[in-house]
Amino acid sequence: MKNILSVIVIMCISLVSQAQTEIGEKAPNFTLKNIDGKMVSLTDYKSQKGVIIVFTCNHCPYSKLYEDRIVSLNAKYEKEGFPVIAINSNNPKDYEEDSYENMIIRAKEKGFTFPYLVDDKGIYKKYGASKTPHVYLLEKKNNSFEVVYIGAIDDNARAPKEVKEKYIENAIQAIKKGDKVNPSVTKAIGCSIKPY
Amino acid sequence: MKHLILIIFLSLFLVNSYSQQTNAESVNINQLKARFENSNDTIFFVNFWATWCKPCVEEMPLIENIQSSFKGIPVKVLLVSLDFKSQLESRLIPFIKENYIQSEVLILDEGNPNEWIPKVDKSWSGAIPACWIYHNKQEVFHEGQVNLKIIDDLLSKLISE
Repeated sequence: MKNILSVIVIMCISLVSQAQTEIGEKAPNFTLKNIDGKMVSLTDYKSQKGVIIVFTCNHCPYSKLYEDRIVSLNAKYEKEGFPVIAINSNNPKDYEEDSYENMIIRAKEKGFTFPYLVDDKGIYKKYGASKTPHVYLLEKKNNSFEVVYIGAIDDNARAPKEVKEKYIENAIQAIKKGDKVNPSVTKAIGCSIKPY
Repeated sequence: MKHLILIIFLSLFLVNSYSQQTNAESVNINQLKARFENSNDTIFFVNFWATWCKPCVEEMPLIENIQSSFKGIPVKVLLVSLDFKSQLESRLIPFIKENYIQSEVLILDEGNPNEWIPKVDKSWSGAIPACWIYHNKQEVFHEGQVNLKIIDDLLSKLISE
C-alpha cells in the first residue's frame, strides 16, 4: 500500500514538473499587469475567435526582428477575431532593457496596439515557453481556449521579404476554414527566458 | 649574444602560439556532424551561442575550462556562433579577441531553422545557449545555461552510454 502511494505521489510530482501546454490542450489562464497599469486576463478575450500569444521581450535581437511583424499581425487579425497579446517573462535584474519602464517606452516607439504584459508569475512555464519570441495560437472551442499552434511566426527571422511560410497566418486561415493547423509545432532560434 | 637570440626566438614563438583566432569558419549542421563522425576517440563539446546572448556569455568561461580530457578521453570544444553573418567583423571577431577565446569558434551557416534545429535534437525548442556533445556515435543534448554539475552529468551520461 505504501509503495502504491509513493508511486502515485511520484507520478503526481512528475506531472506537475512537466506542466507545460501541448497542442490540443486548454490554454492556461493568466492575469498580468499591462503597460497601462491595468490588469489583463485571457478570460477578457472570451468573445474572440482566438488569441495570438507572443512571449517576447525588449532586449533579444530575434524579438526585435519580429516587432514590426507582430504589429502587422495585430493590425490584420484583431478585426478578424484573433488579437495579439504580448508577454514579457524576463526579469529586469538580468536585462535592464526588459524593465517595466522600458517596456512602456518600447511599445510606444514601435506603436504596439495590443497589451504588453509583465509576467512576474511564471506564466511562461505553464505554457512551456522557453525563449523569445515563442508564439502560441489559441482557438476558442466550447467557451475555452485551446492551443492549436506553438512555435515561430514565420520561417525567416532575418529577412521578412524572404519568408516562404507564414506559420501563424496559415494557421489562422486553417482555423477559419475549419482545417487542421499544419504544421502545429515549429522550431526557431531565440533568447532563453530568464524569469523572475 | 647567443642567449639573446635564443630569448628573442623563444618569445617570438610564445607570442605566436598565443595568437588569437581572427576569423570564424562557417559551417552547416552536416559539415559539423561530419567533423565528429570522422573521429572516434575525441569527445566533441558543441556549444550553440551568440555574442548577444547573456547566459551564453556567462557560461563561456566554464565551457572554455572544460578539462582537455575527461576520464582520459580528449575533449574538443567547438563554439558554434549564431551571430548574424553581417556582424562577423563588427561583433564576433572583436568578441573573440577581447575575451581571449581559446576554443575554436565557428559561425553557423544554415537557412530555415525549422529544418536544421531538429537535426541537432528533436527536443530543442531553439533557445540558446544549448550544448550538443558527441562521442563515439553517442550524443547528449542540453538546452539552457550550464554549470559545472550539469557539464559533469552530461559527460558522465555520454561516457556510460
